[in-house]
Parts: sequence; structure tokens; C-alpha cells
Amino acid sequence: MRLSEADSHALAGAPAHPDYLHDGTTVMSWLNTRDHKRVGIMFLVSVIFFFFVGGLFALLMRFKLLQPGPFFMDALSYNRMFTLHGIIMIFLFLIPAIPSAFGNFVLPLMIGARDVAFPRLNLASFYVYLSGATIAIWGMLHGGADTGWTFYAPYSTTSPTQVAPVLLGAFVLGFSSILTGLNFIVTVHTLRAPGLNWMKMPLFVWSTYATSIIQILATPVLAIALLIVTVERIGGFGLFDPARGGDPVLFQHMFWFYSHPAVYIMILPAMGVISETVCAFSRKNPFGYRAIAFSSLGIAFVGFFTWGHHLFVAGQSVFVGGAFGLLSMFVGIFTAIKVFNWVGTMYRGAITFKTPFAYICGFLYFLVFGGMTGVALATTSLDIHWHDTYFVVAHFHFIMVGASVMAFLAALHYWFPKMFGKTYHEGWGLVAASLIILGFNATFIPQFLLGNFGMPRRYYQYPEHFQALNVASTAGATLLGFGFVIIVIYLGIALRWGSRSEENPWGSKGFEWLTASPPPTHNFDEIPTITQMPHDYRTHEPPGVIRVA
Amino acid sequence: MNELLRRLLFLPDQASSFARDFDQLHYFVILTTFVMSTAVGLTAIFFFIRYRRRSETQTTPHIEPPAWMEALFVVVPLTFFVAWFFLGYREFVRQNTPPIDTMDVYVMGKQWMWKFAYPDGPNSINVLRVPAGQNVRLLMTSRDVIHSFYVPEFRVKMDVLPGRYTELWFNATTPGRYQILCAEYCGAGHSIMRGEVIALKPQEYEDWAASQRRGLADRQDGQPTALDFTPPLGNLVEQGKRVAADQGCLKCHTTDGTRHIGPTWLDLYGRRERLTDGSVVLVDEAYLTESMMDPALRIVEGFQPVMPSFQGKLAGPETAALVEFIKSLQSDAVRTGPSEGPAYAPIRGR
Repeated sequence: MRLSEADSHALAGAPAHPDYLHDGTTVMSWLNTRDHKRVGIMFLVSVIFFFFVGGLFALLMRFKLLQPGPFFMDALSYNRMFTLHGIIMIFLFLIPAIPSAFGNFVLPLMIGARDVAFPRLNLASFYVYLSGATIAIWGMLHGGADTGWTFYAPYSTTSPTQVAPVLLGAFVLGFSSILTGLNFIVTVHTLRAPGLNWMKMPLFVWSTYATSIIQILATPVLAIALLIVTVERIGGFGLFDPARGGDPVLFQHMFWFYSHPAVYIMILPAMGVISETVCAFSRKNPFGYRAIAFSSLGIAFVGFFTWGHHLFVAGQSVFVGGAFGLLSMFVGIFTAIKVFNWVGTMYRGAITFKTPFAYICGFLYFLVFGGMTGVALATTSLDIHWHDTYFVVAHFHFIMVGASVMAFLAALHYWFPKMFGKTYHEGWGLVAASLIILGFNATFIPQFLLGNFGMPRRYYQYPEHFQALNVASTAGATLLGFGFVIIVIYLGIALRWGSRSEENPWGSKGFEWLTASPPPTHNFDEIPTITQMPHDYRTHEPPGVIRVA
Repeated sequence: MNELLRRLLFLPDQASSFARDFDQLHYFVILTTFVMSTAVGLTAIFFFIRYRRRSETQTTPHIEPPAWMEALFVVVPLTFFVAWFFLGYREFVRQNTPPIDTMDVYVMGKQWMWKFAYPDGPNSINVLRVPAGQNVRLLMTSRDVIHSFYVPEFRVKMDVLPGRYTELWFNATTPGRYQILCAEYCGAGHSIMRGEVIALKPQEYEDWAASQRRGLADRQDGQPTALDFTPPLGNLVEQGKRVAADQGCLKCHTTDGTRHIGPTWLDLYGRRERLTDGSVVLVDEAYLTESMMDPALRIVEGFQPVMPSFQGKLAGPETAALVEFIKSLQSDAVRTGPSEGPAYAPIRGR
């Protein structure tokens, strides 16, 4: 994060304590920081970088798929590319995106803490993340893996490509996730400001807390599964090889035991962001605070008992299929509760249509449609036709890109003034938002139809009758790509030349706005005493901004 | 209505007895999805217009939903989801329960082709011929990694796993040619691991099968000729008998009911055997195959674990032939000729 001279001048002399961006401007002051806000910013920059790398792979794949036959790249490159796209987007972007970047930045502010419970561990989690990323990328450059991000055995144990370093990279990345989760849980338990009891905690904190529980409980299972595959590749013990008494489906069970809850690691923090922003832009208390808070825990809990819905046609018994099908219906309910309560929050509110609100609308639409197609996929017999087709691809992109990335962008715009004290260009913000929502639909609705039509995923070549829909999807992806580039440009401009924003430009009554924007290094000169619920808009006084000067 | 929705949703032709029921449920589920997401969207838009911000200092009342409303938030979607579940599961059970009168075909997936072996002799590669209107059961296994057998027009799909058999059944209602796609990623050639189901009119199928039995060429339609399978010599039962002799199975297993080093094969198929750990296993295709590949895993009570594994020593068709041979050894209905298609007891204890 480079800061201009102009910034320093603009702020020179104003605050007694410099804000966290100006408290040391050397590279070392960033690399060696214990400040949760700086760690958050470093995560933010990294995940945005990896998002663009992963997005580039997606665009290259979509370009190939313009033609049904061999075109532009060979089959092995294509297979590596969708593997890298998946690994980067999931392990390097989606999982850390909201918790590690925004969670790190705002969670301590929201609970009135000066930092997270273990600042040094927090910094370590960033370096573990970088190490994992480095190992994975090294593996990608030296042979690459072509197994898909799911690493299904026995293909992953026999693939001729360099799977081991990539597995090891994902293994290391898991520890970053565990450390962040652990840190948040302890922080929430021990560092809440006076008066801030559990039933006053901001909903973003609730959802991040639920996410942290999943991170701690589920990630070790993934670590075990990945480690076994690695050991298997190196030592060849035959754990997944039926010829030596192994079970090829065992890997799928272990993998999805993590990776289904991991879906909630990716979506729960996004739901937390929406719970905050929908209140701020509707200027209204959360409708059904308890329902939203407890449904996060409900999702975290039930999410552990649904993994078998990935194995309906993998040879598991009909009874087990039914049990997992039924359990999967309950996860849908918790999400439905949240959706109704967000819409309810708008009732008798005072709504203003700013860029983050555009993303909230996008989020609601993508989550409802993506979520319900997910429940449809969990409807056992329908899954037989849809399983491993583009319908599944479209469904999870609706949730992960549609919902999670919309929430990421809502968070980025909502907290941009908080993080950098700058304003971005509202008009361009709305243009980019429309472009992204439109482009996203144009990309993935054809993919739902391709799935109905019967096109399996991970297809380098495809039968010709699938071409028209593939071309439509590629056109949409191009639009989507443009949208993201516009965001980078106007946010970049805002960072460099943007005007100083107000302390609380949205008039939000979220607790993170109780301090200055950007906050001083130690967040609060005086720890605030919390006497009201977050987002209480019964009075028009802005919440008591504790000025640093 | 059916045709309109099918085309709108880009669903392929309905060419099996499942397809129509599957599509009906599909319409119901997708329409509820549309109605629900539209309802949520319209409510949000209405609230946005009705309650837009009028001044920068506007305050709002503190509103919490009454308990009945929270209950409604749970009950309404739950009702729909549970309804979906029961409708879907009924169909799922049906799709996973082959009827008794199926014609069986052995399927082997390998990188990157499909092999089909018929109990009465013929083999083929990538082309599966079945009579239309007949219940067909596929007994599938893989020689290497996991594949998945998928025919979009039939709305059927089942993973094909190494080291065990999975089954899938269908009834092709309309004669025609339908593409088989591999739906589980299996390496560089995944997307070209394609085959074809040719559903023939029953008479045409009979003619084809008869010509196969006469040993005439199976390469009439220009399909790739297979170089890596032996031309069928006799039906699977006869092949199995020969394999059993060649591989030395008969040194330990008898075919006339006499007790020897291993259990006798007479009446073995369909029997419930007590194992050394006290549990009971139904001897079906899966257990027979497992016992060839991993004999020590589940030993019948009263016998020693002395049998060697035949993993890697038996090719897929040979395994199938042995299973067919063992199945033909039934004392109450000793069959000497080729097995007549629907001769199999249902597996998995049904």
C-alpha cells in the first residue's frame, strides 16, 4: 500500500496520533507489523492479486471453450488451468478473502478491542499464507497439477503431473486459515468492550465467529486428506488403491467432510457483511437479530452433516443418499431465515441506493437463486442428471462468485473510507456494479442451461450442440472481466487522488465507526462503553465518534 | 407444456422411462425457485421504492419480527424443501432399484474408453446396443481411475469405480443413438471418453445378437475395431469355465457340491454365507469379484485364508466370465446353454 505525499500533507498536523497508515511508512514497518489493520490490508492486497490471477485463468478457459474442438491450448494445459483456477480462487481468494482481510480489519474495531488476542500469530498467519501460496505456485510452474481442485483419488495419486507440491501448498494454506480462526475466537471471547455482551455483538462478528469454528474443526481433516494423498504419491501405500485393500471413495468422504463446510467458510462471512451493510444503507436495526445470529451457528453446525450430497452417484448406498439429502435441506432453511430477515430489515427503513447497496441487491438475488438451485441439487434424483455437469458449476459460482464476491465488493466499498479515509467515484462504482451483475448473469445462466443440456464439467472438448451456449457464456465472462478492471482503476485513482472522506460517510451506526477513519494504530484512545445495539437508528445523532485529536 | 418447458430449459430428448418423471420434478423445482426468488426480489424492490431515504437525518423505528413471523420464515421454505426431498427420493430409490427382469451387460471403463461384455458372448468397445423397451442393467467397474457413465437423454449417471461393481439400469423407450459421456474427471482424455448407446427395435437387436453369436463381424457400422480384446469364443459361461480351468480355480473349488479347500461353486451365487467374523454376506457379483481380487478380506467360516489375489491376473472380461460361470452353477436349474439374459437374482439383498 503506497501512500502519496499529498496524503501526509493533508493529514499533517491534524491528529495527535497518526492513523495506522502513517504510523511508520517504511516497508519494514508493514512487513513486521502487529497491527491487525495492517495485516488485514496486506491480506486484502494479496487476495485481490490472486483473484485477478485466478480470473485470468478463467478467461483463458472461456476463450478456449469458444470452439468445441482443440483450440488455443492443448488438453493438458486446459486441465491444469481449471485446476489452478480452482485452487487459487478457493484457497488463495475465497477462504481468506472476507475473514482474513476484512475480518482482521474490522472485527477488533467492532468489538471495541485494541487488537486481536494474538497479534504476532496474526502476522504469522499472513506469512503462512504467503508460504503456502509460494509452494503451490512453485508446483504449478514446475509441472502443475491436473487433478481439479478436488484432487480425487485414485486419479490424483497416479496423475503424471506434479501434484505433491500443490497439495502441500494447500496443506500449508490450511494452517493460515486455522490460525486466523483461532485468533478470532479468542478475541471475541476475551476482548469485547465493556457493555458489549453476546447479544449486542454486531452480526458480522457472529458470522465470523461461526466461520472460525468451522475453520478450526474442518481444516485439519482436509490437511489429513491432502497429506495422505501426498504420502501416497511419494510412498505408495495403497490407501486409495483397491488392488491393495484401499478404498477410492474414502478420499471423497474425507475431502468433502472439509470442503462442504468450507463452502460455508466462504459464504458465512459474506452473509455477515450483508447483515451489516443492509442495516447501514436501510438505516434500520437488523430485523430478527437473534434469528440471523443463531442461523450462522446453525449453518456452521449442520454444514458438517451434509457432505454426502456430493456422493449421490459415487456408489454410496441409497439410504445414505437419502439421509444426506434430507440433512442438506436444513442448511437451506438457515439461509432462508437470513434472506427473509435481510429483506425484513428494509421494511420501514430509509434506504439509499449507493454502490454497496447495488451489491447487496446482487447478493440477495444470486444467493436466493444459487441457494435454491443448491437445494435442488440436493434433491437426490435430480442430482443424478445434474451431477458433475455445468449445472453444478453454475450453481456454485452463483454462491461463490455471485454471492461471496458481491459481498466482498460491498465490503470493499462500504469500508473503503474506513480503511483509507478516501472517497471513490460513486458514478463509476454504480457503472461497475451494473456491469458485473449483468456480466455475471450472462456468464452463468447459459451454464445452468448447459448443465440441463448434459454437458459434463472439466471438458476440454465438447459435442458441437453445446457450442452456442458456451459462446454466450464466454461473452458474459468478458463483460464481467471489464467490470472488475473498472473497479481497480477507480479505486486506484481514489487511493492516490481521492478526496478525504468524512469520518462516517454513510451515517452508519455499526460499532466500527465509533473510531476515526482511518483509525489510529491502537484503534481507540479510550475504549468505548457499549450501551446500545449495533445499528440502532432511533435517533439521528451520529454515533459518538471518538476523535483521536 | 412438457415440450415447451423442456425446450426452454434446454433439457435433452426424453429417451428413457425415467426421463419424463425426472423432468416433471425438474419443472416443479425450477418453477418454485423462480417464484421464490422473484417474490424475494419484488419485495425488496417494493421496500426500496416505498422506504427510500428522504432526508439525511431520517430516523427509523426499531422493529423486530413477531414470533409467528419467524416461524413462518422457517415453515414455508421447509415445507417446499421437504416436499422436494420426498418427491426426489422416491424417484431416486426407483432409479437405484433395478427390476428383476433386466438384461445385464458388463461395463468396464478405462482411460479413455468403454468396454461392454454381454453374458451371451459379444464384446464391444464404445458402442452399447440394447433393445428398446427392455430393462437393461449395467454392472460397471473401472480398470484404473474413477469414471462416470452418463447418458443425458436417459437422465442416468453412475460412477464407475475401480475394485468394485456399481450398477445402473434404464429402459430406452425410443430407438435411436445416444451419446455416452464420462462425467467424472479422469485425465487428459476425459472429454473424449465418449461412447454411444444404440437402442434398437427388439427385432433388430435380436438379429444383431444372432449375428454376433454366429461369430460374424461386429464391425458393420464403422465403429473403431478393437485390437485389444479377444474375439468371443463361446458365451461368457463357456469362457468362464475355460478361465477357471486355466487359472487353476478348480484345484480348490469344486462345481459339484463337494467340499474342498475353498467353498464349492455349486449354488454359491445367491447363497448367504456366514463369515469368519460372524457376519453374513450375500454372495453376489460384488462379493464374488471382491473374493477374486482381495480374497483375504472376507473369508467364509470354516475355510482358511489361503487363496491368492487375482488382481492384475484376470482381465475385466475374464472376471465377468468367471462370475457368469459361477452364476450358472445352480443345482435346481442347471443351465447348460448361454444364460438367457434376465437370469440374475437381484443384488444387494433386495
